[in-house]
Amino acid sequence: MDFSINDEQQMLLDTTQRFLTSEYGFEQRHKLLESESGWSPAIWSQLADLGLLAVDIAEADGGIGAGPVGVMLVSQAIGHGLVLEPFLSSAIIATQAVTQIGSDAQRAQWLPSLASGESIAVLAHDEDKAGLDFSRIKTRATRSDAGWTISGGKSVVYHAPMANLYLVSARVDDGSLGLFAINADSAGVTRHALRTVDGQRAADLEFDNVLLDADARLGNDVSESLAAVTDAGIAALCAEAFGVLDRILKATIEYSRSRKQFGVPIGSFQALQHRMADMLIQFEQARSMMQLATARCRDADAQSRRAAISGAKVLIGQAARYVGQQAVQLHGGMGMTDELDVSHCFKRLLAFELRMGTTDEHLAICRSNLQAA
Amino acid sequence: MDLDFNQEEQAFREEVRAFLRDKLPADMRQRAHLGDHSKIKEDITNWQKILNKQGWGAPAWPAEFGGTGWGKVEQFIFETECALADAPAQLAFGVKMVAPVIMRFGSPEQQQRILPRILAAEDWWCQGYSEPGSGSDLASLKTKAELDGDHYVVNGQKVWNTLGQFADWIFCLVRTDSSGKPQRGISFLLIDMKTPGISVRPTRLLDGGYEVNEIWFDNVRVPIANRIGDENAGWTYAKYLLGHERTNIAGIGVNQRELRRLKQMAAATERNGRPLIEDAVFATRIVQTELELKALEITNLRVIFAEERNHAPGPEASILKIRGTEIMQRITELQVEVLGARALIMESPNRDLGEDVPRATAAYLNQRKLTIFGGSNEIQRNIIAQMILQV
Repeated sequence: MDFSINDEQQMLLDTTQRFLTSEYGFEQRHKLLESESGWSPAIWSQLADLGLLAVDIAEADGGIGAGPVGVMLVSQAIGHGLVLEPFLSSAIIATQAVTQIGSDAQRAQWLPSLASGESIAVLAHDEDKAGLDFSRIKTRATRSDAGWTISGGKSVVYHAPMANLYLVSARVDDGSLGLFAINADSAGVTRHALRTVDGQRAADLEFDNVLLDADARLGNDVSESLAAVTDAGIAALCAEAFGVLDRILKATIEYSRSRKQFGVPIGSFQALQHRMADMLIQFEQARSMMQLATARCRDADAQSRRAAISGAKVLIGQAARYVGQQAVQLHGGMGMTDELDVSHCFKRLLAFELRMGTTDEHLAICRSNLQAA
Repeated sequence: MDLDFNQEEQAFREEVRAFLRDKLPADMRQRAHLGDHSKIKEDITNWQKILNKQGWGAPAWPAEFGGTGWGKVEQFIFETECALADAPAQLAFGVKMVAPVIMRFGSPEQQQRILPRILAAEDWWCQGYSEPGSGSDLASLKTKAELDGDHYVVNGQKVWNTLGQFADWIFCLVRTDSSGKPQRGISFLLIDMKTPGISVRPTRLLDGGYEVNEIWFDNVRVPIANRIGDENAGWTYAKYLLGHERTNIAGIGVNQRELRRLKQMAAATERNGRPLIEDAVFATRIVQTELELKALEITNLRVIFAEERNHAPGPEASILKIRGTEIMQRITELQVEVLGARALIMESPNRDLGEDVPRATAAYLNQRKLTIFGGSNEIQRNIIAQMILQV
């Protein structure tokens, strides 16, 4: 048992935090939020220069290979910074998909440009009616003479507007689940751009007989390997949420120390003190579950991996709901404005709860594993 | 970062499990399992002797006083495994409470006289802290000790004294000075329960059991030599005691044991034609509790890891106390709900109703104490708020 992080991991965290503190302040981020594209290519290439886009690429593939703990630490900082750039989507989830499922040639083709930031890839997997059940994926892949034909639709794909490569899951004729690389500018691709509640950019994607070469498929049946990829993604998303929780909790504590009513700081009122004590308790439990998810997210045993990932998503989702709502409440009217950290954190936490499986969906997964000891 | 026990820690766990398999008497284990308190004094005493023979009588003491010298990880593993094996809990008042105070603040004479007898279960200790007017506001206590030659003369009343009906000794907070701040005039006395003038009256609790007492002191003469440390410095020692026993404050082992029992009960109980554990609503509530316990276990291990490295303690102990007690209460609620209306049966002469009736209901009633004692959960939240807010 060892909860320490090593020097390299600490350096990674410090590097990310230092960069975001200086380059990603509230005003700087606010400009991006209001901008047409909703993100900064300049920030993105600076993240690449710092090596952060290669954090989850193995050294053998030219990356840093920081492993799950490194991913956790950087993701925390990214969440704390409320970063709008596609770090999780491209540098973690899509990168993991290419790493875990792609062939040697595909890894060599895509990982260097993902690491350098020249390419942005997103996993286009979620469908409105599928939920977490991969067997309900309706997008279809049909074998043709030239290669593959893809038809279907994907829902609320984070960071699709800025991506040049989509990794699309689709049901293949033979019943297997396939994963296909589709260039964003391919004929037959329609992108309906969306702005999400947390200020990020996403898209609904439609594929109308999109023609692909035979080598556009990654791996064979990805039912299991894609679950491993999304589980790693959820673990990183949990770490992001923890970073947001850290920021909103500290902001609330600070506000209750400085805001005065009846001549005293509102933090001196016991009703508020106990609320904040409960917020801290949930925050610390969230930290523990984030660490559990990190420790188990690469387990080969799918059941133990999934139990930890879903368990973390549930408890951190509940912490996000409670801490987020109470933070707004304790900020009073100021919590309702767009002008403080608190509302931005609150919306990011809402997005966390509902993305990649809602709290209830993951609770149902935990329940399905329940048995008497 | 690694959440799993390493090889040495796993080997230690196996050693503890083997010991429990071999040395924990079956009848003792069964009584602990059933919550049968009819032989509680014998069981606690005999189990302490068995542990002591193994050299494990005092898991948290340093070796120089006859303890194991274990680190906090070993202590955690030991406590958890003992609970999972239905071993009787050690009597905390001696081994875990007064002993650390004596080791830190007692005289060499007190250490040599008292500690070996605690280890060998020769003395049964109890605690005299709370009074009718002094609960959360403990420093307002009024039991008075006045000097008379080389003795104190003690007068007053203590309440919520757990298992004092068996006690040979009581450690007491008494008022030796009323002139200044309440905290400044308190002394820490060790009192022989056989001293004339002490009377013990049981307080019947809501579960029908007698585990706490009122203790009255009527001109009880206590040698000055039985005072710990300095006069009027007792509050410091009391705070040290409260801060000392934290390794097992979350009760991970007993929580895991009762959760295991809850799942077994829900699997064995049929409702609407199928096992209750398959009912989506009920199963969800079990799983929610299981997840919360998992998070608490990791939090507990994190705290242990930090303490081993001498990190300054923060609000962690209060977090562990609050969550551990809330989870245990939730488990006892769910066990009662498994039984449904049968949980209402407290007596049914000459019939065997299975091991959970009335055990589960008695436990539900009794465990309400968890969030009240040891610093109520509201006081714990005050402590957390003071630490994080500093207003």
